[in-house]
Amino acid sequence: MSSDAMRPPVIETRALEKVYSAGTEAEVVALRGVSLAIAHGEFVAIMGPSGSGKSTLMNLIGCLDTPTAGQYLCDGIDVATLDREALAQLRRDKIGFVFQGFNLLPRMSALENVAMPLGYARVPHDERADRAREALAAVGLENRGGHRPSELSGGQQQRVAIARALINRPPVLLADEPTGALDTKTGEEILSLFKRLRDDGHTVVLITHDPDVAAHADRTFVMRDGELHEEGPYDTRARAHTGAGP
Amino acid sequence: MTFLDVLRTAIFALRGNWMRSALTSLGVIIGIAAVIVMVSVGQGTQAEIDRMVSGLGSQRLDISPGSRRTPGGARQAGSSFFTLSEGDADAIRSEIPEVQLVSGSLRGSSQIVFAEKNWASSWQGVQPDFFEINGWSLADGAWFEPQDYSGAGKNVIIGETVRRELFGEDSGVGQTVRIGRTPFVVVGVLAPKGQGGFGQDQDDVMMVPLETGRRRLLGAMGMPAGAVMQIALTVGNADDLPYVQGEVEALLRQRHRIAPGAEDDFSVRNISEIVATRTATTRLMSLLLGAVATISLIVGGIGIMNIMLVSVTERIREIGLRMAVGAGPADVRRQFLAEAMLLSLGGGVLGIAIGVGGALLVGRFSDLPTALNSQVVLLAAGFSVATGLFFGYYPARKASELDPIEALRQQ
Repeated sequence: MSSDAMRPPVIETRALEKVYSAGTEAEVVALRGVSLAIAHGEFVAIMGPSGSGKSTLMNLIGCLDTPTAGQYLCDGIDVATLDREALAQLRRDKIGFVFQGFNLLPRMSALENVAMPLGYARVPHDERADRAREALAAVGLENRGGHRPSELSGGQQQRVAIARALINRPPVLLADEPTGALDTKTGEEILSLFKRLRDDGHTVVLITHDPDVAAHADRTFVMRDGELHEEGPYDTRARAHTGAGP
Repeated sequence: MTFLDVLRTAIFALRGNWMRSALTSLGVIIGIAAVIVMVSVGQGTQAEIDRMVSGLGSQRLDISPGSRRTPGGARQAGSSFFTLSEGDADAIRSEIPEVQLVSGSLRGSSQIVFAEKNWASSWQGVQPDFFEINGWSLADGAWFEPQDYSGAGKNVIIGETVRRELFGEDSGVGQTVRIGRTPFVVVGVLAPKGQGGFGQDQDDVMMVPLETGRRRLLGAMGMPAGAVMQIALTVGNADDLPYVQGEVEALLRQRHRIAPGAEDDFSVRNISEIVATRTATTRLMSLLLGAVATISLIVGGIGIMNIMLVSVTERIREIGLRMAVGAGPADVRRQFLAEAMLLSLGGGVLGIAIGVGGALLVGRFSDLPTALNSQVVLLAAGFSVATGLFFGYYPARKASELDPIEALRQQ
């Protein structure tokens, strides 16, 4: 971790602003001066109730959107000036998405789902199956490659999705309510998988509204009315005393 | 994504809904097949006309009885059916120097019998120039001798079809046949000409000297002495044709004692006029058929666009996901364009197969001439590619312009 500490943060935002429908009656300020720095190999949770700007921040971190003002450096690259094509490239190389609803393509096998992003990264065809198998093994599903998503349990499907997120070896894993569709026990398994990935050097950014989920992270931020507050390592036991949380 | 990736992904997507894909392609299949059949019929007809022009030449005039305005002259009184005579033919030959060849002719139909074989055919009573005017040559035997013409010799020159029906493998030259009740000697066999401009078998014919036809085959029809049913002539130089046509008309009016202002009792037709009419008709027909084919292609293309738009809406989440994992707008656009192209190209290939088969069937089982060539097939393939590109572009662009955040939020 010491070498990681020397590197510039993998995610760095400075006074990030996002305004929707600017200049109209329906103007919504979703982000107000959000500054955030996440170092390589950190496991960070971003919490907040719906409407807090949590999703907006996630879309910006995920390079799905560009800020109205402020600066976002994704692994050192300023996204503000990028067009849609360049943003797509940045997502492909820097961000691995994990969604609440898994978002697997139903007609493809687990292996094909995992290998799918490799096509966009122009990885030669004969390397793809091997890389996908490796990624599946990394999430403990080496024997499930031929199964369709419908033949897998929810936890297994989310593992396939995580393998897909890892396939292009991005520095950042961005997980949006990854346990939201899972029971508590399966959710715990997915969270320990994230911790293991963190230990392997991945940066994990977890978006959640659930304090019990956020408690697994090393650092926790809370979004409130478009502003970001750091809450430190989240302690579920301390919650009762401090009164923090949603 | 490499080209192969795009192709593989598109095939995968289309296979998932193969019934819908097949039905969507059907519009293009029909359109392309129609284009091919239409173009091949159009080209075949044009080629036929070109062959007629070069075969008949633009140096030829045909004179038939009856006025130009009543082409059904045959149904008038017998006398008006026989307004032309051998004398007219002789006069044209001797008085208009630009005329090269002239032949009056008679025609009828009769049964021809050899041994137990029996064939109904048509005969023509001809003068010596007739064969050259009509481009006949001999396959076997010899032409008529001068005394055959002068003495109504009972000799016959038969066409290839008649020869085949009566003699099978043999040439038949020297054999005695019966035409009606009269025995004839076969002296020659004509080289085959094949199908005529109107699909008729030109080789199903028997030629006898003019006088023979008149005396031995026509029998008593109450026709005036020396009458002929048609006079054909050629000029040495095609440029003389309009002049000669005027000369012939003047000469015949004079010989037939037609008062100034009265109608001709004959008509002179220039074969190039017929060809010109036919070319114009063919062009119009090709144009109409081409329009029909184009419309069906457009309808097919709209079908593709429609289904692609449905597909984009249905797969909006997939598009969002692909964008999230790194697909750029260009990747998404290429993928949907490839699907549309595959639909239309697949339809095009099937349409070409069906169209070529259809054109061959039309050529075989109908009187319409057809001509198939690689240009038609390439043209059709080009059309199908263009259809896919044109009608696939809008849905593909729509897909590529989707906002990944919105697309992922869709249920």
